[in-house]
Amino acid sequence: MNALRRGLGNSLVQAFLVVVGLVWLTPLAGLFVSSLRSAQDTAKGGWWTALKSPGQLSFDNYSALLGNSGMTRAFWNTVLISVPATFLVVVLAALAGYAFAWLDFPGREPLFLLVVALLVVPVQIGLLPVAKLFGQLGLFGTIPGVVLFHVSYGLPFAIFLLRNYFAEMPREMLEAARMDGGTEWRIFTRLVLPVGRPAIASLAIFQFLWVWNDMLVALLFADSSSQPLTVELQSQIRQFGSNIDVLAPGAFLSLVVPVVVFFAFQRHFVQGVMAGSVK
Amino acid sequence: MTATLLKEASPPPVAMADRRRRARRRGRVIALAFVFPALLLLGALVVYPVLFSVGRSFFDASGTRFVGGDNYTEMFRDPATLKAVRNTAIWVVVAPALLTGLGLILAVLVEKVRWATAFKLLLFMPMAVSFLAAGIIFRLAYDEDPDKGVLNAAVVSVHDAFKGTSSYPTARARDGQGLTKGADGSYGTTAAASPGHTVDLGLVGILPKDLPQGARPAYPAAAQQAAVDEIRGVAYLDFTRGGGGQQGKVDRQESGLPEMKVEAVRDGKTVASTTTADDGSFRFQGLGSGSYTVRLPASNFAPPYQGVSWLGPALVTPAIIGAYLWIWTGFAMVLIGAGLAALPRDALEAARIDGANEWQIFRRITVPLLGPVLTVVFVTLVINVMKVFDLVYIIAPGPVQEDATVLATQMWLVSFGGGNNQGLGSALGVLLLLLVIPAMVFNVRRFRGSQR
Repeated sequence: MNALRRGLGNSLVQAFLVVVGLVWLTPLAGLFVSSLRSAQDTAKGGWWTALKSPGQLSFDNYSALLGNSGMTRAFWNTVLISVPATFLVVVLAALAGYAFAWLDFPGREPLFLLVVALLVVPVQIGLLPVAKLFGQLGLFGTIPGVVLFHVSYGLPFAIFLLRNYFAEMPREMLEAARMDGGTEWRIFTRLVLPVGRPAIASLAIFQFLWVWNDMLVALLFADSSSQPLTVELQSQIRQFGSNIDVLAPGAFLSLVVPVVVFFAFQRHFVQGVMAGSVK
Repeated sequence: MTATLLKEASPPPVAMADRRRRARRRGRVIALAFVFPALLLLGALVVYPVLFSVGRSFFDASGTRFVGGDNYTEMFRDPATLKAVRNTAIWVVVAPALLTGLGLILAVLVEKVRWATAFKLLLFMPMAVSFLAAGIIFRLAYDEDPDKGVLNAAVVSVHDAFKGTSSYPTARARDGQGLTKGADGSYGTTAAASPGHTVDLGLVGILPKDLPQGARPAYPAAAQQAAVDEIRGVAYLDFTRGGGGQQGKVDRQESGLPEMKVEAVRDGKTVASTTTADDGSFRFQGLGSGSYTVRLPASNFAPPYQGVSWLGPALVTPAIIGAYLWIWTGFAMVLIGAGLAALPRDALEAARIDGANEWQIFRRITVPLLGPVLTVVFVTLVINVMKVFDLVYIIAPGPVQEDATVLATQMWLVSFGGGNNQGLGSALGVLLLLLVIPAMVFNVRRFRGSQR
């Protein structure tokens, strides 16, 4: 009797979770199917009608997108922003994280507490002053400007994460390396970086995702020649409804890279997002 | 002996201290070289802007005149910013609580199925999707036209399954052809009908292509005689394709109107009702003698149900919160699931052996033990919700932006999007910062605690 009830309860749970899963999948499926339909078909009926007549699905929208110079340039801008912004954050934060964990310098404690305090500073507060600053430096509207902003606001979390990870290293390991006459630079590149690889991977994935998906920062700091995909798509939102054959494939293109990263590096991805959620 | 040897081997004390000091100074220089690039960026692009914004928030729009706290009082006086403050409050109250609850339920349930990992991956995946893409996804799903937005398509089909559709929103009767329009939009026979009579209800204004599939000509049914105690008749489209029909008469090719509600009314009371068949025919049997009005109620002509206006002013914020749930539920579930896995197994087992049911275990053991994890999830979400920008900016259609606005979007609009009041914009930025200061203090405290 009890077993029966448990069995029944379990199939109810299964059914419920299947429904939830479908609810989660439907919006994404809607975007994908919409991205494969012509403007005329979209005007005639919802994307679900295409499931009955799959003949109307084609990759024409995607080839049109690849032939659209604005979109392709925006895609490359996204790459040119995300990759350096990720690389720089990892390098600068690893250097600083190691120093905060193992090197002695005046003001080490208060400076690190400052970094911890900066973890939750919203990017909004930096927009206006940095825009003025970049205007004076000639960085406004350029890719390096966008990158520098992302690096700066990514650093507190990055330093925090790596410093804590490096601090867990056994002291003896480092002392042994110093006794052997290794310079700090050698210790850093040969010992600290390899040991810190898991944390660095999580950080890199989190930062890459953050920058790749950003719209707000680029909306302000990029101009029409340096704007990433998110901003390019955002500029087309105004005509929403009449340009779904452009918006849907564009949005799908912009989300396919992070989703592939997600499935390729699930564990690091989840860890990175979890750790970074304090931001 | 050994002492002298050592003494000879080691350099003079003064030189040694000097070298040690030099080594330490060298170490410090190296350390500073390690932290300097990061600190330079943090100082120039984070710390300085915070201070600048705080200062700027005490000046007017152009930045020339000191106005004290005026921008901060203006924030709660200006209807647009006040709306943003209110909406942010709704977000903070609703979204984290819903997400924590949903995450908890799903985390507990998913442990009971074998495909838990696949389910977790699916729900976590939206975390990889940008707010912009999620915004486009949901703009599409929430579309008001049930032929475009999947959500309204679902709502409309559920509604129609329960309430029925009205098939003839455009139909009307010609004037002076036996039907009179009621105040509520219904049509009733102008002349009274009594049992033993037939009544033909002719309507126009329906395009032949809009006729329901399976509609058949009304002519054969119209020719039938009514029994003594019944009223029968047809509802038909009084229009012959290609012309040649006679107005007010059921001609050979004219179609019946199926699925139409018909009522027999006596002294203002509906005494019988029925629905027309495929050829438009209807009959009321077993009527007592007297005079009746045959009526087509207004529901036949009601405009079709169009679903819910998700992105209208009233529902836009809940709708955007719905999109936010799609993104963040997986996060809450996975984090709570990790906490669940760390619970002491024996406490749960002991309760089970004592005969506690699943609900009691959940209520009395799981939830209290998960308290700290739930707090972390909740607080994290509160911090994130306060800064929500992209989703609102993308999903709310232009005219509804001001109904959906939150602090972050308002800050953007005021500073850059036409408002061009950088004093008020800075004040809004500072308000955002003030709101996350408790989290800042919490982080610093927790860090210092962990160092002891």
